[in-house]
Formats: sequence, structure tokens, C-alpha cells
Amino acid sequence: MKRYIPWIALGLAALWLASNSRPPQTGSDGFDMASFGKLPVLVGGRVKPIDTVARNSLVIIHGRQTLRLEDGRQLEASRWLADMLFNAPVADKYPVFAIHNPDVFGLFGWEQGEKKYFSYVEITPFLKKIDEQGTRAEDMEAVQRSPYQTAILNLRNSLVLYQRLKNSLQPDDAEDFANEIDAYAQIFQAGRDAAHAHEKGGKFDKGKLDMFQQFSDRYTTLAEMAYILSIPPAQAGTGLHGDWMSMGQSLLNAASAGGVNPVVKAYALIGDAYRKNDPALFNRHVQDLGGWMAKNEPQATSRTAYEFTFNWLEPFYQAMGLYVLVFLLVCASWIFWTQCLNRSAFYVLLLALAVHTFGLFSRMYLQERPPVTNLYSSAVFIGWGTVIIGLILERIFRDGIGAACAAVIGFITLVIAHNLAGSGDTLEMMQAVLDTNIWLATHVVAITTGYSAMFFAGVLAIFYVVRGVFTRSLNQQSAQALARMIYGVICFATLFSFVGTVLGGIWADQSWGRFWGWDAKENGALLIVLWCALILHARWGGYIRQRGLVVMALFGNVITSFSWFGVNMLGVGLHSYGFMEKAFPWLLGFVISQLALMGIALIPQTQWRSFKTATQS
Amino acid sequence: MKLTIACLAAAIVLVFAGTIAQVHLGIHEVQQLYFQSLFVWWPPNSNGFKIPIYPGGHLIGAVLLANLITAHIRRFQWTWRKFGIQLIHAGLIIMLLGGLLTDLFSVDSYMRLEIGETKNYSEDLRLTELAVIDESDSDLDQVTAIPQARLQRGGTIEHSGLPFRILVRRFYPNSQVGMLSKAGANAQAAATQGVGSRVVVTEARRDTTPNGHDTVSVVIEIEPLPSENEITAGSLGTWLVSDGLGAPQEFFYSGKQWRLELRPVRYYKHYSMTLQKFTHERYPGTEIPKNFASRVTLTDPDHKENRNVLIYMNHPLRYRGETYYQSGFDKSDKATVLEVVHNPGIIAPYAACVIVAAGLLVQFSFHLTSFLRRRKPAS
Repeated sequence: MKRYIPWIALGLAALWLASNSRPPQTGSDGFDMASFGKLPVLVGGRVKPIDTVARNSLVIIHGRQTLRLEDGRQLEASRWLADMLFNAPVADKYPVFAIHNPDVFGLFGWEQGEKKYFSYVEITPFLKKIDEQGTRAEDMEAVQRSPYQTAILNLRNSLVLYQRLKNSLQPDDAEDFANEIDAYAQIFQAGRDAAHAHEKGGKFDKGKLDMFQQFSDRYTTLAEMAYILSIPPAQAGTGLHGDWMSMGQSLLNAASAGGVNPVVKAYALIGDAYRKNDPALFNRHVQDLGGWMAKNEPQATSRTAYEFTFNWLEPFYQAMGLYVLVFLLVCASWIFWTQCLNRSAFYVLLLALAVHTFGLFSRMYLQERPPVTNLYSSAVFIGWGTVIIGLILERIFRDGIGAACAAVIGFITLVIAHNLAGSGDTLEMMQAVLDTNIWLATHVVAITTGYSAMFFAGVLAIFYVVRGVFTRSLNQQSAQALARMIYGVICFATLFSFVGTVLGGIWADQSWGRFWGWDAKENGALLIVLWCALILHARWGGYIRQRGLVVMALFGNVITSFSWFGVNMLGVGLHSYGFMEKAFPWLLGFVISQLALMGIALIPQTQWRSFKTATQS
Repeated sequence: MKLTIACLAAAIVLVFAGTIAQVHLGIHEVQQLYFQSLFVWWPPNSNGFKIPIYPGGHLIGAVLLANLITAHIRRFQWTWRKFGIQLIHAGLIIMLLGGLLTDLFSVDSYMRLEIGETKNYSEDLRLTELAVIDESDSDLDQVTAIPQARLQRGGTIEHSGLPFRILVRRFYPNSQVGMLSKAGANAQAAATQGVGSRVVVTEARRDTTPNGHDTVSVVIEIEPLPSENEITAGSLGTWLVSDGLGAPQEFFYSGKQWRLELRPVRYYKHYSMTLQKFTHERYPGTEIPKNFASRVTLTDPDHKENRNVLIYMNHPLRYRGETYYQSGFDKSDKATVLEVVHNPGIIAPYAACVIVAAGLLVQFSFHLTSFLRRRKPAS
């Protein structure tokens, strides 16, 4: 029986995965939001499905990927966006804007109560104040802003995004957009002729000119506001890297292009059907547009369809659950059924790694980039690296430690990544300096692998301390094994950190002419290298033994977290991509916890429970 | 070994402190105070009393280097077991030496070109010089340049090419220049001659933000040298020269027209560059820059060079020991800013990197194989 337990555990885990990731269904009200969500558009320089735009925008404005309405209904991101795009007056009543800062309440003359989320309608009276205060805050350096200034600036930016979203596919007050476009299509030729005639001082039709003028004013505003570029380039098949246009721009160009673009018309029909609450008609027009895109922009469509699948599969979220399971299995294995539970944990860890890897490679495919491009992806990659290190150690030692460390770090890094996603698209485009795949693939990957290894050594050290001080399970042999693992992993970390740092220097030399500039992030990497060198020399010189190694590996956690996050919070230097004051308490807490552990580790070893029993017996 | 550990620990503290200090001091200042110095002083930036509180980058580096070299010589053993370690440390020695070479001898400057403009010099944006220009020859200007450090020291400056001496009356490391008419009743004019008689200068705090720029101002007095055939007594008056003034100052003396100009230090080349075209690409629908590229014509009469080059992101131009990088742009994409780097120690880090990486690889694979070999009989 016991022989089958690992396989049963794996099967159950796989089953859990499958049950979690059912493709999205057409809702009870009959709107096919899946097909709508797959449609390709261009936002932030990248072609992506509408679904991604919806999720990212809602995260920026609301802080979550779903919206809970006041009557308790749960709204999916794509459904919320559809309301925003086609039915703005309804969407304006949804409580999307998150306000937490008491001073912002004060600005509005409100008292802070239970309510945290407010609708556009509720905020409308204060738009001018928010804009004025936000502009003031914007002039400050990010580091110097007070919490109030950060909050008001965020609110203003959310409002700007909100208003631009509303005017992306139609003017937010449009009633019958398809007919409006038809009317425009009939007049624009005559109107343009009249305008030319007027310029040259000839005879012209005043009524037609005024109407044309009205339309073009309306669509100029629409073009200026649009957040989403929804019209693919004129030349079919160039969508992935070509110049997309907004609805408004395309309408303005209609006269010179010799007619209204079919995609413009299609979106207008989709919107009208949606507003009339006619699911059958909506679905038909969405299908038509989807078919048109698949025919004219096959590459872009297959890319966005893939991203859509990636969105609802949520591989990192699933992997998080699996890591928890692995950790529980390992803990259980230390108490009973050691061998078979250990094997179960190993199998489930393999499955988790597979899911994690799928997520990582999907992102690489979607972005056409090496794995690490921003802080979010660095967290994902660090987790991935540690899981691989853990698997290798687990293969060698087979005592569950490797798997447990892998599960812990895998889980934590994915939680960190999840919390870093608040700024919107995690697949953003790269600044010009960073636009080189070679260096991203070598320097950045080496550095982050170094981080992985440092954290792994650190977590091994935590295990050593916790097991040694609080349990009796740390005997001579396992202590030695742990110390050997820590040493090996630190050697590995030294290699990668050093190579990564030097490669970074070479990149800097190639790109802006100096090998080393004492930039904050460079210093952070250097600190890791120096610390590794210090540990290794102290050990070779015989100044530290097991316990010293453990304490130093613990401090390695502090240094690595400073290098990874801390320097970004300083807000200086070339690498500071994004200042995060929210993460600061967490970082501080982490550092304090590590220092506390170091303190515990420095308690004389005769007081450790493991060694107490050893000396007594 | 103990010394190594002490040095490494000292370096860690220094790097950490130097990183944190960048928040307030700015990166350039920190480099000078912490890393390119023998000691870190307290209080920083004062000319009077100060005490060394911590060894600076150069001291730690030097001790580490000396220690490495002696250890290398004393403990050198030609065995495979030690081969990796020897390689690593040899590489590190090269890297430290290269770093020292770079710190001491590399020159970093900028060349700003508008479209169609030609220049044969680059400028150091952090250092100014006072150029005294004899304009009497219409084809050729005779320039005497006085470096910022000399002006800062104050006193009297004499030069064989100048028929007068220059007295530095006041030096402002950073300043604000305003109109005298708007400055209130008690304000005094900065100088007696030229534009200086109509403006006021006030001292300002040094600007240490990464893109900040100090407005250096100097008040100088021109005094004729006593000569044999011409006896002129007294001074010609004081002039204000400043980054904050749009135009140079001019005066007439001993039959010649002279121009006084405070400008970024110039490094002249034996060749010239002309900007043909500058492009600034953005990702569609965003303001995120995708690429900057400058097409320049390089003209070098000595080497009979006359060709077009494209300098863009991550693709610098290397020419006659100098490297030109696309650094920035100006005037809404009508001008390009190229960074010009002259670094004699350029090869060292590359060589060192390869050697150390090879050493690490040898050493750790050696460890790994012996570790695996030891495990095999155990299992």
C-alpha cells in the first residue's frame, strides 16, 4: 500500500490543479466574455488581449483583479472593463477607487468610516482639488513625498487612467455609436470638401462644414483620450510590432483612408449590443471581429489567445498552493512514514516546478525576453532557481531539507511577486538602455541566481537553528550534513554573484562607458560578493566552524534582501526601477527576524535542546 | 588571512555606508568622499578641522592588493588542488590594479552636438575653467585657460601670454544670479564692469542631485602689469564671470580685444565630429524610449578618416583610445549628448573577469567532484 502513496499524492495534486483551472465559461447572463477578452489591442507598447488590459487596469485602480459591488455581486475584470468601455454611466457607480489615507478624506471634508472604496460619481465633485494637489505632489522627488502626497498622486493617476479607459472605444456619452459612425461616414467626404473650399475662400456648404467640424472635434478628443489602441496597422499581418491606432485617430483618418475601418465599425456594433443588453447580438459581433483578427493578424491573435490562457491558468498561483502541500508533506515525513511521504513531497515538488516553469517560460515567450526584466520577474525567477537547487540537494541527501527549503522559498517569492504586481502590467516594455537580450540573459540571470543561492543558504541556516535550538532532532550527523549543504550553496552563490557582478560591470562599460560607478545596485551586488568571500575565507582560515557558518549565512539573508529590495528603496541610482515604500516595513521585519535568529544561534550550544540531550545521554 | 578578513569586513561597511550616503550626497560626491579617498573624513566637506574616521576605498584597496600579492608569492604552490585559488587571486590582483588605474587616469567628458554642428572638443560638465581669449586675430583665437581649482585657491594669477594679472576677488562654488534692479535697495552689484555691474550674485548650496548642476561664479579684477614703455596705474575694474550669465564678458586693453568666459573644461581632439541626424524612437502608444541613435561624421585629417558612424544604445564608437556613448538628448530631439570616455585601464576588468571566473569554476568543480566521490562509498 505504502508504495503507492507517492503516486496517489501526485495524482491528487494534479487533480486539484485540473479542478482549479477550468477555462472561463460564458456567464449566466449569456455574454461571451472569453471571446471578447481574447481580442488583441495595443497598450503600453505591447500587443495584449483585452483581458490583460482589464486585469491590469483594475489592479492599478482598485488593487485587485476582481471587483466586489455594494450589493455583494462579484465582477470579473473583463466584465468591469466592458462596462467601462461601453456603458460608462453604469460603471461610474461602481466602488472602484480605493482610499485609505485619512488626509485625503480630510481634503474631501469626509469623515473616515467603514467605507474604503468609492465610485467615480462620489469623487466627481473633488476632481479639480485632486488634480491640483496631485500636480503639486508630482513635482516632489518620490523619496520625499509624504504618505498623503503619495496617496493623492496615486488617486489622481488612477482617475486619469479611468477617464482615458472610458474614452477608449467610444466617447463615454455615446448612445448609438454604430449609427453615429454611419452618419459620419456619409458626411465626411462632403464635409472635407467644404472645409477645403472654405480655406481657399471658395463657395462651400455651411451646414455640412459645421457638422463635419462637430464630428472631428469629438473624435479629436476621443483620439487624445484613448488609453487602448484597438485598430491594427493598415498592412495585414504586421500587428505584433506595427503602429496601432486608437478609435478616434482611425475615425479622423477615415476620409483619407477612403472609408471607416471595419474594426472601428465592429467595436461600435459590439458596444451597442452590450449597452442594449443583447447577449446574442454581442456574441455574434465579437465572433465576427475575432474571426477578422484571426484572418488578418494571425500572429497577434495567437499570441493574445495564449496570453489569455496564461491569465486564467494562473500558474504562479497554482504553484503557490503546491508548495504549501510540499511543505506539509515534508513536515509530516519527519514525524511518520518518513520514506514514502518524503518521496510524495519530491513528486509534488516536481509537479510544482513544472507549473512554475510553465509560467516562467510563458512569460518569456510573451515578452520575447530573457526571464528577468523587472522586480516582479526577479521574484519569480529567484523562486524558480531555489526550487531547482532544492531538488538537486534533495536528490543527493534525501532527508527532506532540500524540498522543504525549496517549498518555503518558492512560496514566499511567489507571494512577493504577487504583491509587486500592483503597478499594472508585469510584462512591461524595457527602457532603451535595458533593451539588450544578451546582457539581460547573462548578467541579470547570473545575479538573480546568486540571490537564489544566498537565500537558499540562509533558509538552510534557519532550519539548522530552529531544529537545533527548539527540537532534539539535530544530531551530529544531520548538523554536519546541513553545514555541508550551506557551504556548498554559498560556494555556488559566490560563483554566480561574482560572475554576475562582473558581467554587469562589462555591460556598464559597453553601455555608458565605465566599468564600475559605485551605483547603489552595483554596490548591493558587490556586498554579496564581499560577504561570500568573507565567509569562505573565515572558514578556510578556521575562524568559524559550523555555528559561525550558520550565523554568517543568516546575515547573508539580510545582505541579499538589502541588495534585492533595500537599494531600490533608497530611490537613487540607475537601477532604481520603482520606489516601494509599502515594502519597507516588510523588509525591516525580515531583517529584524534574521538578526533575532542570529542572536538565538549565538546562545551557547550547550543550551540547545539537540545538544543538551546529546551531552546528557 | 586575518588581514584579508579585516579588509573584506571594512570594505563591506564602507560600501554599505557609501550606498546609504548617496541618498543625501549624490553619487559623484560619494565617490570622491568614500571610494576614491584614503580616508573617510568627519565632518565631510569642511576645510578646517577634520578627523579620519574610516579607511577610504583607496586605502582598503591598497592594503588588500598588498596582502594579496604577498600571500600569492609566499604561499604559491604549483598543484592542481590550489590551481583554481591561484587563478582567482591572480585575477583579483589584475582587477584591483585595473581599478586603481581607472580611478587615477580615466577622463570622462561630454560632447553636445546640435544637428549640423561640428566640434573638435568634449567638455567636462563638472569642472569649469576661465578662458581668457585674445580676439585680435580674426582667424585664430589665442586662448589661456585657468582651471577651476586655481580660481578656487584665489590670489593673483599671472601668465606669460597675458599682459595683465588676474586677481580672484570672490569664488562661488554654486550661486544664483539675479538682476540688481529687482534685488532691493541694500543689494550691491557683483562687479564694477560689464554685466556684473547690473546683477547681484548670492551664494547657493551645492547641488548634489544626479542631474543637478552648480552655477559657478567668479568675481575677478584685472590689473595691468607694469611694463617698460607703458605706465598704467591702478586696476581696470572687476568683472563677473559665471555659468549663470548667457554671454561672455569683453574688454579692451593694450590694443587688443579680450574675452572672458567661464565655461566647462574642454578636452581638444585631433579630429572632429559633425551630427547629421538624431533619432529618438518610442514604443508605440507610450513615452517609453525604445532607442536613441546619432549619425555623426567623423573627420580626422591625420589619419585620413572621413566617414559616417552610427552611435546608438549599447553600441558606442571607439576611436583613438576614446569611446563615444549615446548618453542623452536635448532641445526636443534636435541635439544629441555623447559621453566621451578615455580609460587606459579598460582591458584589466575583462582579463580579470575571465581569469577569476575560470578559477572559480576549476575550484568549485574540484570541490564538487571530491564531494560526490566521498558520497559514493557512503551510499
